[in-house]
Amino acid sequence: MRLALALASLRQHRARTVLAVLGVAVAAAMLLDMVMLSSGLRESFRELLTSRGFQLRLSPRGTLPFDTEATIADATGIVDTLRMNADVTAVSPVLGGQIHVPRGDGAVTAFALGVHPAVQGDYELLSGRDALAADAMVVNDDFLRATGAHVGDTLVVAGGYNPQLRTFTGERRLVISGRARFLYLSSGQNAAALPLATLQGMTGHANDDGVSLFMVRVRDGGNVEGVRRWIAAHVPRVEAISIAEAMARVDERLSYFRQLSFILGAVSLVVGFLLVTTLVTVSVNERVGEIAVMRAIGVSRAHVVQQILLEGTVISLGGAMLGLGLGVVTARYLNTILSRFPGLPAAIDFFLFQPRAVWASLAMLVAAGILAGIYPSARAAALPLARTLREEAVA
Amino acid sequence: MTALLSARNLRRDYLLEGEAVHAVRDVSLEIAPGDYVAIVGPSGCGKSSLLNLLGGIDRPDAGEVAIRGQRLAGLGDRELTRFRLHNIGFVFQRFYLMPVLTARENVELPMAEAGVPPAVRRARAAELLAYVGLAGRARHRPPQLSGGEQQRVAIARALANRPALVLADEPTGELDARTGAEIIALFERLNADGTTLVVVTHDEELARAARRVIHMRDGAIVHHEVLRARA
Repeated sequence: MRLALALASLRQHRARTVLAVLGVAVAAAMLLDMVMLSSGLRESFRELLTSRGFQLRLSPRGTLPFDTEATIADATGIVDTLRMNADVTAVSPVLGGQIHVPRGDGAVTAFALGVHPAVQGDYELLSGRDALAADAMVVNDDFLRATGAHVGDTLVVAGGYNPQLRTFTGERRLVISGRARFLYLSSGQNAAALPLATLQGMTGHANDDGVSLFMVRVRDGGNVEGVRRWIAAHVPRVEAISIAEAMARVDERLSYFRQLSFILGAVSLVVGFLLVTTLVTVSVNERVGEIAVMRAIGVSRAHVVQQILLEGTVISLGGAMLGLGLGVVTARYLNTILSRFPGLPAAIDFFLFQPRAVWASLAMLVAAGILAGIYPSARAAALPLARTLREEAVA
Repeated sequence: MTALLSARNLRRDYLLEGEAVHAVRDVSLEIAPGDYVAIVGPSGCGKSSLLNLLGGIDRPDAGEVAIRGQRLAGLGDRELTRFRLHNIGFVFQRFYLMPVLTARENVELPMAEAGVPPAVRRARAAELLAYVGLAGRARHRPPQLSGGEQQRVAIARALANRPALVLADEPTGELDARTGAEIIALFERLNADGTTLVVVTHDEELARAARRVIHMRDGAIVHHEVLRARA
């Protein structure tokens, strides 16, 4: 009957209750978004790093992958060395650079990855064939749009371009063999992948056999940290970064996001809490006579407290259910805006939907709803009966 | 006959704007089972304060109240609440029904609190509403009822847990003469059916319906009048 009474009390002031539920819903949506934001970017990054099964990245000593234009010479020798470790099952050397497709008076420039297609972990082939031949390349949709080319077309592609002199160097005729989605590149960025030797030849790295990084896959159950230490000892020219270490560096860089989301999430929770406290306190103040009479006719303090806590909880729960749906929709919308953030991989999600985030938000909101009912319920329970009845009679 | 209620040397003082108000002074009285007592007197003479002390809504500064031999002073807050629930029915001037509940649910409320099973309390509520003449209004909410009807629902609620004693504070105070007369008649019927009643009132008609009238002035009983002997 207490729940029925709590629901009936809320129904009595329908408009006020609906407004409060909507207010809590907005706070809940904000809270969920902030919870999703606080862990989403990190989790999304981790998923991205682990998605292709490479647990280690090797970059020039003192740098992070693609942080500088520095390269590591003698890629073939390093690959051979790495294969000596029994735990290493695959090594993917990657050279990053720019390629240019002459168009009219200028050129369409794209980011190019030189890879061994059989072991690469940088892109997913969407259609066509992989760039297995020396004169083949796979490109993304942005590249196709920018150049107006199609899969199967042959393009003249240069490794160097001087815009002042409008001259090209390292030119090759390459066939577009397939369409691909590049995992680590930002949206809107023209991209292509071609055989490592081809790109090295086009960009002047043929002689030093230079690459930008290696991606190393360790066998299932292998000791990743052990392999990392082994690489540090045997190939001192490179910086071996494990996913755990990369995540630690990501965490460091994302601390701003976490702080921001924590503060905004806390503010949302406090707003929701104050909203429910205000509404329930107003409701109790309007009903002091009723409450005093309930106590007088024998309703226990505990039951009065329970009924008022229930009112706060029902508002919070209603608002939370509505708000969580709203939060998911808002997060999706914000995600599409933020995924265009320059320099970030398009595959990165700022707001990653995780059931854990929903449960955490729901639990926090319900707890806030219960806490919000504490003050008004304590006030109701402490009403001096005789004085309240006397004052009500006089009023 | 053993008194159903006995009050000895009750005193209750309030602080009102820093000044002590002696609301009840050295009041002693006894009420036997089946009695019908009206407490009358000018406004502010302490009638309602005395009723609150008799019903365990308030605690005296001195003296003690016992109902069915149970000293109320010996009960903690939780026990006293439980005691009121099972032994005392209250009727207030302003009815104080839960506006969000139907008439039947209002009557069921004390029974639900007492742990009476839903089917039993539903039947008892229907029986009580029929007793007060509101069988057809069970599903109506207080705002849909007239003042007299609301007071009759309040009386049905007071009777829900078959209390030993019903205390009413100005039960006709908010009603017009005709509706007030209906409530007076209902109280007479209640008393004739064995309910012990103590009524605080300004209403002379209501007071004349009682068997005994206690006159108060300045917090003290000044006159005790027996109108009709108990059957």
